[in-house]
Amino acid sequence: MPTQGTMTGAASLIRSLEAVGVDTVFGIPGGAILPAYDPLLDSTRIRHVLVRHEQGAGHAAEGYALATGRVGVCMATSGPGATNLVTPIADAHMDSVPIVAVTGQVPSAAIGTDAFQEADIRGITMPITKHNYLVTDAAQIPRTIAEAFHIAATGRPGPVLVDIAKDALQAPARFEWPVEFDLPGYRPVSRPHSKQVREAARLIVGARRPVLYVGGGVIRARAWSQLRELVELTGIPLVTTLTARGAFPDSDHRHLGMPGMHGNVTAVTSLQKSDLIIALGARFDDRVTGKLTSFAPHAAVVHADIDPAEISKNRVADVPIVGDCREVIADLVVAIGAEHAAGRLGDYAAWWHQIDGWRRRFPLGYTTPDDGELAPQYVIERLGAIAGPDALYVAGVGQHQMWAAQFISYENPGTWMNSGGLGTMGFAVPAAMGAKVGRPEATVWAIDGDGCFQMTNQELATCAIEGIPIKVAVINNASLGMVRQWQTLFYNARYSNTDLDSRRIPDFAKLAEAYGCLGLRCDTAADVDATIEKAMAVDDRPVVIDFGVHRDAMVWPMVPAGTGNDDIQIARGMAPDWDRED
Amino acid sequence: MSKHTLSVLVENKPGVLARIAALFSRRGFNIDSLAVGPTEHPSVSRMTVVVDVEDQPLEQVTKQLNKLVNVIKIVELDPGHSVQRELLLLKVKADLESRSHVLETVQLFRAKVVDVAPDAVTIEATGSPDKLDALLRVLEPFGIRELVQSGVVAVGRGSRSITDRTLRPLDRTA
Repeated sequence: MPTQGTMTGAASLIRSLEAVGVDTVFGIPGGAILPAYDPLLDSTRIRHVLVRHEQGAGHAAEGYALATGRVGVCMATSGPGATNLVTPIADAHMDSVPIVAVTGQVPSAAIGTDAFQEADIRGITMPITKHNYLVTDAAQIPRTIAEAFHIAATGRPGPVLVDIAKDALQAPARFEWPVEFDLPGYRPVSRPHSKQVREAARLIVGARRPVLYVGGGVIRARAWSQLRELVELTGIPLVTTLTARGAFPDSDHRHLGMPGMHGNVTAVTSLQKSDLIIALGARFDDRVTGKLTSFAPHAAVVHADIDPAEISKNRVADVPIVGDCREVIADLVVAIGAEHAAGRLGDYAAWWHQIDGWRRRFPLGYTTPDDGELAPQYVIERLGAIAGPDALYVAGVGQHQMWAAQFISYENPGTWMNSGGLGTMGFAVPAAMGAKVGRPEATVWAIDGDGCFQMTNQELATCAIEGIPIKVAVINNASLGMVRQWQTLFYNARYSNTDLDSRRIPDFAKLAEAYGCLGLRCDTAADVDATIEKAMAVDDRPVVIDFGVHRDAMVWPMVPAGTGNDDIQIARGMAPDWDRED
Repeated sequence: MSKHTLSVLVENKPGVLARIAALFSRRGFNIDSLAVGPTEHPSVSRMTVVVDVEDQPLEQVTKQLNKLVNVIKIVELDPGHSVQRELLLLKVKADLESRSHVLETVQLFRAKVVDVAPDAVTIEATGSPDKLDALLRVLEPFGIRELVQSGVVAVGRGSRSITDRTLRPLDRTA
């Protein structure tokens, strides 16, 4: 590939994407982006995956990024093509997923005239991107692409949109690589302040009831081996949030599991009772803290995050540390080692005794329905056991997502992905597709609900045609299950518009077959293992299993919205019995 | 609530004003006044933003502003250690009878008459927001026909500059 020469803006766009190392683009062409698709046809380095809806392209780019740690790329045309990317861009923004979206824009002379398929996508995506661009000069394309990938991948990762006017794609311009760029307003700090780290170490060895509150930032920073060292060194219990599941093995006894609205009693309570919270790449989200004023009332807070704006946003930090989690944790290990060497060791024995008591008394569990219907938790538990810790699990949003976070044992980082912050129903199928493209050797399971599945299942066509054999477990309770759960609990069981009747229409197995996938059904516990194993044996096309499950199953424990974490319920109307002695 | 004056150095690029204004509104902050203009460096603009906000949320909005890629630097200017000015253009009713009284007020406030019509005068005044408020109160009884006001612009007192160190490296790349 020549590194310079005169070519169209479109060709220089493709060259630039190749030069930054892009190997996959998910997208759909259309009028304004058409010029870019012509040189794309000749690219030997970039595989273009033709999706069926731009939202699918966006989530696929996210899935690719989450599975590989590299920047995911999606492409769409102007107007509706670009606006269809809005949801995945917002999703990537909330969960700090590095993606670059390239959109075509109407010719620059037509911008602002309400031209056909014109939408101000730069304006629309300003609040949901880390940064975005409108390029109207072909000469600026390489530098813009270089900047976009740099911004998406560094610091706190996030989505960057590059909107390019059609005439800029068509105009001739000189292409040179590498390009130099200067971003005077963008200097992410990755090295933590050593004084702050020492102060944190001092608090850690002095604490009696510390908890490591591990968030998705640890995954983004690929800091799992540093985290392991920290836990080995200190023996401090840790919890992993919804976006951090897998950062530390679930099977390790020091891991208390997931905190939050549907976290387990031990994880939630250990944070509540702690005297020191060490937050690593976590953002004190309302789904974790419950009512903020009653969250962990006795805890001092060490808060490490690469984004200074997260620190003291919701909970004031006693020791703020701005930096990349990988460096922060590595430095913490050294600083705590120095405390230990000086004879200052943390003593957490009494704390562990208390924690183990909660663990024994309040394990995660579920009840099997009396009427012989399938328990959704059982399906997910078996799926995790059979597919194993090396498979990738991609969930949608709702009850199935929470059960997948609770009942699968995650042993490896990057094996769990879902839509955390935005809570985007329909995330699973396209994100699983992107994950499978990024990691073709891995078994990829989308665990989806029947509501979610009906939002984006058109990408099964993409998967079947492009040879992306994902597996989908539809946890079909024929309703918008989580909303229904809230109606059961808070709206006197008045089920307004949550019945999807999707055990009847559509027939998911037939739908799968229509899309060129293998379609299976399973309605009884006795068939669960065999059905999953059948799906595991197929690798030449996607598989969809329609699991018909009990509709009244609920996600427990639960901290009802707006209440404090001390009000956690382990089942309907049932608070943990704290006073009972073993 | 208390008023805070922020000086924000930004890259002079299209859309920057929209990014900043939108950030304030979506994070729930009200902008009291906003003024934008060029600086001694052609690639850098300076905004002066006055916000009505408590200290803790101010820190949050400052951090959020700092995350905008086009924002180079933010400094809060303490009213005691900075010069803060705004410009007022004011059309006041002034016939033969009242004109001399109006002109007297203009003199007292060291303002200027920039246009005269048979039944009105247009006045230009600069000063701190307090001074301009006082001027308005005195002129109000004569009848204000039209009023336009710039946002506050502000600069720190003394010889130190907030742009010096920030803008020097830009000269090399410009």
